[in-house]
Formats: sequence, C-alpha cells, structure tokens
Amino acid sequence: MSLAAQAAGHGFLSPTGVEIAFLLVGLVTLGAALVTVTTRQLVHAALWLVVALGGLAVEYLLLTAEFIAWVQVLIYVGSVVVLLLFGLMLTKAPIGRSPDADSGNRPVALAVALAAAAALVWVVVDAFRTTWIDLDGPAQGSTRVSGEILFRHWVLPFEALSVLLLAALVGAIVLSRKKNGEEG
Amino acid sequence: MHLAYPAVLAALLFSVGLYGVLARRNAILVLMSVELMLNAVNLNLVAFDVWLRDTLHAGQALTLFTIAIAAAEIGIGLAIVLMVYRNRGTSDVDRLRDTSETDDETPTADGTPSADEKAEATA
Repeated sequence: MSLAAQAAGHGFLSPTGVEIAFLLVGLVTLGAALVTVTTRQLVHAALWLVVALGGLAVEYLLLTAEFIAWVQVLIYVGSVVVLLLFGLMLTKAPIGRSPDADSGNRPVALAVALAAAAALVWVVVDAFRTTWIDLDGPAQGSTRVSGEILFRHWVLPFEALSVLLLAALVGAIVLSRKKNGEEG
Repeated sequence: MHLAYPAVLAALLFSVGLYGVLARRNAILVLMSVELMLNAVNLNLVAFDVWLRDTLHAGQALTLFTIAIAAAEIGIGLAIVLMVYRNRGTSDVDRLRDTSETDDETPTADGTPSADEKAEATA
C-alpha cells in the first residue's frame, strides 16, 4: 500500500525542481572529483578539489543545511585547499604535467573502486528506493537551529574537539620545527 | 527529495576518493582523496539528518565535528609530509618502503638507492 501510495504521491519519473538541481550539481561535483583524482597536473588537482567541495556546499544548501554549507565553504575551500596548495608548493611539486602522478597499482585501484561503487550503489538504491526527504517546513539546518543544538546538547563533544584541535595545532608545530637545538 | 540522490552521490564520491587513495603516488594527492572520502560521509550525515528530522540534529552536529577533525587531520598530515620531504627529498608514498617485508634491499628501476635515503634520513 505504502509503496504505491508514496510512488503516486512523489512520482518516480517526475522529479521536482530541487531534485533536478541536486542532480545537476551532483554531476558537476562528481566530475570535478574524478578530475581531481585522475589529472596529472598536481596544482590542477587542488583547484578541481575546490570545485568539488563547493559543489558539495551547494548540495548542503539544497538539503536546507545552511550553516554546514557555509562552514564547508569557510573551512574546506578557505583553509584546507590553501593548506594543500602550500603543501604542494613546499614539496616542490612540478607545475606542469607530471607523468608519475599515479603509482603502478592503478588497475587494482580502479577495480577496487569500481567494485566498491557497484556494491554501495546497489545496496543504497535497494534500501532507500521508497524513501523521500521532506524538505518542506522550516529549514532544519539554519544557523539558529544549529547553534542551539550545538550549545545545548553537544557542548561536551564540542569542547573535547577544541582540545583535539589544540593538540593537533601543537603537534603540527612540533613536527615542522627544525631541530636546530639538538644539532647545535 | 528522493533519499537515493544524496546517498548515491555520497557512495560515488566515496569510491572516487578510494580510487584516489589507492592510485595516487604523491602523498598530498592522497590527502586530497581522503578529503573527498570524508566529504562523502558528511553528505550522508546531512542527508540522513534531514530525512529523519532528528530533534538532536545529531547528523549536523557530527558533520561539524567531522569537518573540524578533517582540518586537524590535514594539518598533521601536511606536517608529516613536509617532514618526510625534508628528510627524504621525496613525498612519493611508494618510495617510502623502509618497513616493507621484502628481504632484498634492491630499489626499483626508478628509485635511488635506499641506503642513501636511510643515510640521509638519519643524518
């Protein structure tokens, strides 16, 4: 009963505008991700990663998770990609095309990735064929809601995470210091 | 919106990241692929949070925590990669085989002699 009713209510073959937008942005995101892992120009990989992460931010917006979208833009596009670009430059990555960007186990990697993709997509589609997200009503991820939830119910993990970030910061500084004191 | 759209997109992004982790040689490109995999997980968390209408919004809170942990991970990872590059002169993950199980120390066709790298590392 429910399957037919839901199918009639939502329609398998008549996607809504949000679904079409999600699909198009998803295709762009997936294409950018594919270029990121296959291009032979290392700096271009980082720049295509920007496209993929920005596309994911748009997907969060379409899923009404507004705060997460802006955090994604700020943290990922703003700092993580910049860190990666700095890393590429500090390890003297070649600017042009580098023929040895891929290692020798590329066919095996392709086989594993295809098998994982096939299995995951099959299971996911089979499991969630008849479930729909109800995007109507008030936005569930607005900044107000996220802030209230975060500081009302998730304070302790939040604080623990700030300690973890501090530890990571100190660790990165310790790792990247030149050991001048030891060797004179 | 049909739940299959974000779920399938997350699965495909995860597989793309998996391919990148396994196939790339430069350690920084491996880190980029790890970021893709983490983002796939984030998309799943957000989609299921919106679907379930969780009153605690566990999915969105965990997404924020994952983003913070990813930032910490990229900082530590880049520090390690830079240290390895400073010590070894390379950041290719398949040249760092000091702990590999093969008995013969003969390097592969493209490699510099591993004894030099070790001497350089300990110097």
